[in-house]
Amino acid sequence: MAENRDFMNRRLHSLLGVIPIGVYLVQHLTVNFFATRGAEAFNGAAHFMENLPFRLFLEIFVIYLPILFHAIYGLFIVFQGKSNTRRFGFFRNWMFLLQRITGVYLLVFIAWHVWQTRVQASFGAEVNYDMMADILSSPFMLVFYIIGVLSATFHFSNGLWSFLVSWGITVNPRSQRIATYATAVIFVALSVVGMSALLAFINPDLANM
Amino acid sequence: MSEEKMIRLIITRQDGPESEPYTQEFELPHRPNMNVISALMEIRRNPVDADGRETSPVVWDMNCLEEVCGACSMIINGKPQQSCTALVDQFEQPIRLEPMRTFPVVRDLIVDRSRMFDSLKKVKAWIPIDGTYDLGPGPRMAENKRQWAYELSKCMTCGVCLEACPNVNDNSEFIGPAPVSIVRLYNAHPTGEMNKSERLEALMGEGGIESCGNSQNCVESCPKGIPLTTSIAALNRDTSLQAFKNFFGSDKA
Repeated sequence: MAENRDFMNRRLHSLLGVIPIGVYLVQHLTVNFFATRGAEAFNGAAHFMENLPFRLFLEIFVIYLPILFHAIYGLFIVFQGKSNTRRFGFFRNWMFLLQRITGVYLLVFIAWHVWQTRVQASFGAEVNYDMMADILSSPFMLVFYIIGVLSATFHFSNGLWSFLVSWGITVNPRSQRIATYATAVIFVALSVVGMSALLAFINPDLANM
Repeated sequence: MSEEKMIRLIITRQDGPESEPYTQEFELPHRPNMNVISALMEIRRNPVDADGRETSPVVWDMNCLEEVCGACSMIINGKPQQSCTALVDQFEQPIRLEPMRTFPVVRDLIVDRSRMFDSLKKVKAWIPIDGTYDLGPGPRMAENKRQWAYELSKCMTCGVCLEACPNVNDNSEFIGPAPVSIVRLYNAHPTGEMNKSERLEALMGEGGIESCGNSQNCVESCPKGIPLTTSIAALNRDTSLQAFKNFFGSDKA
């Protein structure tokens, strides 16, 4: 199987983007959404996640290792391409470029986000509504997070589309077009969920609930 | 006498594989139904640039002149295509001609497309029928299959899809869309199918199908309208199944 290493790595990259990373993204955004019900509701949801059994094991195998592989191999993929949207301005070619731009942005965003929340938590900080409200009170951080969340939902939705092609599930143009519409809906829906949560952290009414 | 209608060409030239490219402008009299090749022939007849300076004739590659050989492919006003079917009247002036730089430039508009033919060898784009005795007629092909396979057989190895692909470049080993689609053609053939897994294994090797980034420029650019992205997705499915077979299966198939 050694001669097929590139093939296996690329397929693994595609699979990990959906399972577990995509599933984790949806779950993460769902937990965040509790913030729209007030600080207490969010803290309850966050504490539930915090107190899951075998948390470190889950974090390592469901989050850290898959994301690390996906990010490093993804960067390798980015350097293999030479964008040519100026000469070939087709829709899919733009998606190809955006997938790479959002991927690189997410690498920076997620690294910073993990440092700001999970790493700080291991130093004794408490991950709760106030922590996020504090972070997002800075306008720079708010913009950084808004672009980060939108990049994540786009990268996941468009990645889901290419996952379907890369594994040979959507083969003909019609099924690929329907998948484009379906993943566009997923992008909009997840973005609404993500944005509502972000805005809930800067809503003073919700902070006291 | 009414003023003669002129056409203007801006050509990217290069004296040799290692030399620096430069552009040169040409102005020549318009003739009805002129194509890019006949314009180039006119320059060859009278190699004088737009400023009246004598220069070396521009060289280009050509063969069939009816868009079936792929040799005369070049970039015309930013779009890779065959110069034989590029009618001058259909282009905005000045018409810009450039070589397809995805391939090594030999001189002026001539590029070396050897890598495509090497890729065809790599993916075993042939059907082995030789034996020590007469093997008799092969299995028949269903008519509906023959019809879509015929579309794939229109590939003329012209290189336009490689030129359009953002993942075919110096940083990547990707063989490009054309050889992938050719594997689908040979795997669809009832006799060719007997060596299906060998071709799939080749596609799963270095620079194979996994390097496709789904920009889908190839299918938009193919002059023959070959469903290249359908071929790629179909072979993504076949290679997925082949990978499962290799890992979990027992017989070598």
